[in-house]
Amino acid sequence: MLEIKNLHAKIVEEDKPILKGVNLTVPTGEVHAIMGPNGSGKSTLAYVLAGRSDYEVTEGDILWNGKSILEMTPDERAAEGVFLAFQYPMEIPGVAGLTFLRTALNSIRRKRGEAELTTPEFMKLVREKGSQLHIDIEMLKRPVNVGFSGGEKKRSEILQMALLEPTLCVLDETDSGLDIDALGVVSDGVNALRSPDRAMLVITHYQRLLNHIVPDRVHVLANGVIQRSGDKELALELERSGYAEYRAA
Amino acid sequence: MATVETIEQVKQIDVDQYKYGFETDIESVKAPKGLDEDIIRFISQKKGEPQWLLDWRLDAFERWRTMKEPTWARVSYPKIDFQELHYYSAPKGVEEGPKSLDEVDPQLLATYEKLGIPLAEQEVLAGVKKVAVDAVFDSVSVVTTFKEELAKAGVIFCSISEAVREHPELVRKYLGSVVPKSDNYYAALNSAVFTDGSFVYIPEGVRCPMELSTYFRINERGTGQFERTLIIAEKGSHVSYLEGCTAPMRDENQLHAAVVELIALEDAEIKYSTVQNWYPGDSEGKGGIYNFVTKRGDCRGNNSKISWTQVETGSAITWKYPSCILRGDNSRGEFYSIAISNGYQQVDSGTKMIHLGKNTSSRIVSKGIAAGFSENTYRGLVSAHRKATNARNFTQCDSLLIGDRCGAHTVPYIEAKNSSAHFEHEATTSKISEDKLFYCMQRGLSEEEAVALIVNGFVRDVLQQLPMEFMAETQKLIGISLEGSVG
Repeated sequence: MLEIKNLHAKIVEEDKPILKGVNLTVPTGEVHAIMGPNGSGKSTLAYVLAGRSDYEVTEGDILWNGKSILEMTPDERAAEGVFLAFQYPMEIPGVAGLTFLRTALNSIRRKRGEAELTTPEFMKLVREKGSQLHIDIEMLKRPVNVGFSGGEKKRSEILQMALLEPTLCVLDETDSGLDIDALGVVSDGVNALRSPDRAMLVITHYQRLLNHIVPDRVHVLANGVIQRSGDKELALELERSGYAEYRAA
Repeated sequence: MATVETIEQVKQIDVDQYKYGFETDIESVKAPKGLDEDIIRFISQKKGEPQWLLDWRLDAFERWRTMKEPTWARVSYPKIDFQELHYYSAPKGVEEGPKSLDEVDPQLLATYEKLGIPLAEQEVLAGVKKVAVDAVFDSVSVVTTFKEELAKAGVIFCSISEAVREHPELVRKYLGSVVPKSDNYYAALNSAVFTDGSFVYIPEGVRCPMELSTYFRINERGTGQFERTLIIAEKGSHVSYLEGCTAPMRDENQLHAAVVELIALEDAEIKYSTVQNWYPGDSEGKGGIYNFVTKRGDCRGNNSKISWTQVETGSAITWKYPSCILRGDNSRGEFYSIAISNGYQQVDSGTKMIHLGKNTSSRIVSKGIAAGFSENTYRGLVSAHRKATNARNFTQCDSLLIGDRCGAHTVPYIEAKNSSAHFEHEATTSKISEDKLFYCMQRGLSEEEAVALIVNGFVRDVLQQLPMEFMAETQKLIGISLEGSVG
């Protein structure tokens, strides 16, 4: 279970608070959506959960399965099962996708006290997970995200998620830059990972993603706090009325 | 998948640990401190050299005395007192030059074994190419392996001292023909006092049957190492050569001033790779090797090719510009470089591509990585002579900064005296961004693993130029060199 308690955060070296007391609980096995207008703090929340060092938590706590993760480095959090699917995945020139995936997977396995995968084991796993996302091995021989289309980048993010098998998945605007077909493939990939052992936090502007990935709960984040929570109907309501009433706050 | 091994290797080693920093306790014969004509006579006599070579040395010394230390490089260091150095040091018993393997002092063999350099001519495993090694310890060559097998192919591979004795006509014809003895301050010094180094001669039409390599080791305190390497590739021949170098960790600075000359005749090809890992000094900038090196190749024949690949990770100061004189028509020069500086290291390195012949082409790919408090400069000259019609050059020069206390500089000089010359220069400078590090760490890599991965990607184009046998090892070295560069 993810418990975010009275979380206040800002960018290091700046005074302006971005998160101003977020309270949120996501039980394991559930998918929650966070919606909100631009600048409401959605991406900040994603980065703070993953432990990005240019954000500072000034108050509050984040507990994952009862344990505070605030003092952990990003790689320690990854080993605890935290995964962030990036809105803008980074390019890493000269590093083949397969090398990156294998390095990441074995790092995490080591930290979890599991044996590293041999090359044949790894390749079998990649082929299997890749085919579900329409990713073939050729694409993974190219450098990570370099020259990838928007759709390829997002599919590659979900493949990483599928391989690393995290228990807390945070998806930051995973629908941005996707056409309808790609949205379907990516959503299917995400839905395949829904599990009673896994919590997911899906951050999005638009309701359309939530037609594909149907959430158990929807929260509206605006002006740095959760303004309202509801079931999936809330997303439809927002689609009709927009965020105007929250912006004022 | 070698990146994975890199990371493994990095994990096994403590920060700030130069793994070649041990010292071999061995009795040595040294020249008295200082430099004058008598010392030069001493060196020449120790090596049993003919009069012409002694005269050559003395002439170089005369010229050196009138020359000034160059100051144009972007490096700073206290003035070197050339009278405070020993110009000759040899482990006792090997002064007479290389013997057969079973006569070499076991302690020396153990030293090389510890450095990971195989000196035994063992049967090699299937799929692994044989590598012949010339092992130079301080001022002398200790042993050269696979000499007999190479001789069957007509290849001469021996120490330069032995070449002076056994093949004087070749040495006399080519020595100083690419780097004249008064070429520059350090080349003149080297010409006066050079002690040992390797000699390679590939006869016409021969493809050298194995990888050749020289391994340089400075061991003795207070000595300079002045090696001289001469490689001649006759018409239509081919050779690939690799040099490696290490030194013990000391709080004093030691001088290494080498000269390397390559001669490629018609249709010949020389591939020269360097993995330079001299002791770089400690994390406070104390100690380390001053590496002032002149390396130049002469594409003397038509259609010849010389390719330099260097991986520079060591030395407190690196001053070297492996260059190509593209004299023959259609000749080609290449320079691939990875220069990594960390701590307080200073690197000023690059190349010169001198286009003299028609339809000559050159390619430069330089990857500089600066971390810590280091300064890393690429300095390169590309020039086309009036008669060098259709000269072509492509230069790509990329710098990567880690942290905010280091510097990367690019100083290209371009001279085209011919309107048909076509030169391209591309340069980039970037930092390892927080974004990229965070992305990798979010996927479970530690900060050092993330840096090693990103840097290995950055240098990939150049790494691929190294002989296969050395690629994986070099990737490890890159990871190790950047230890402690983050955080």
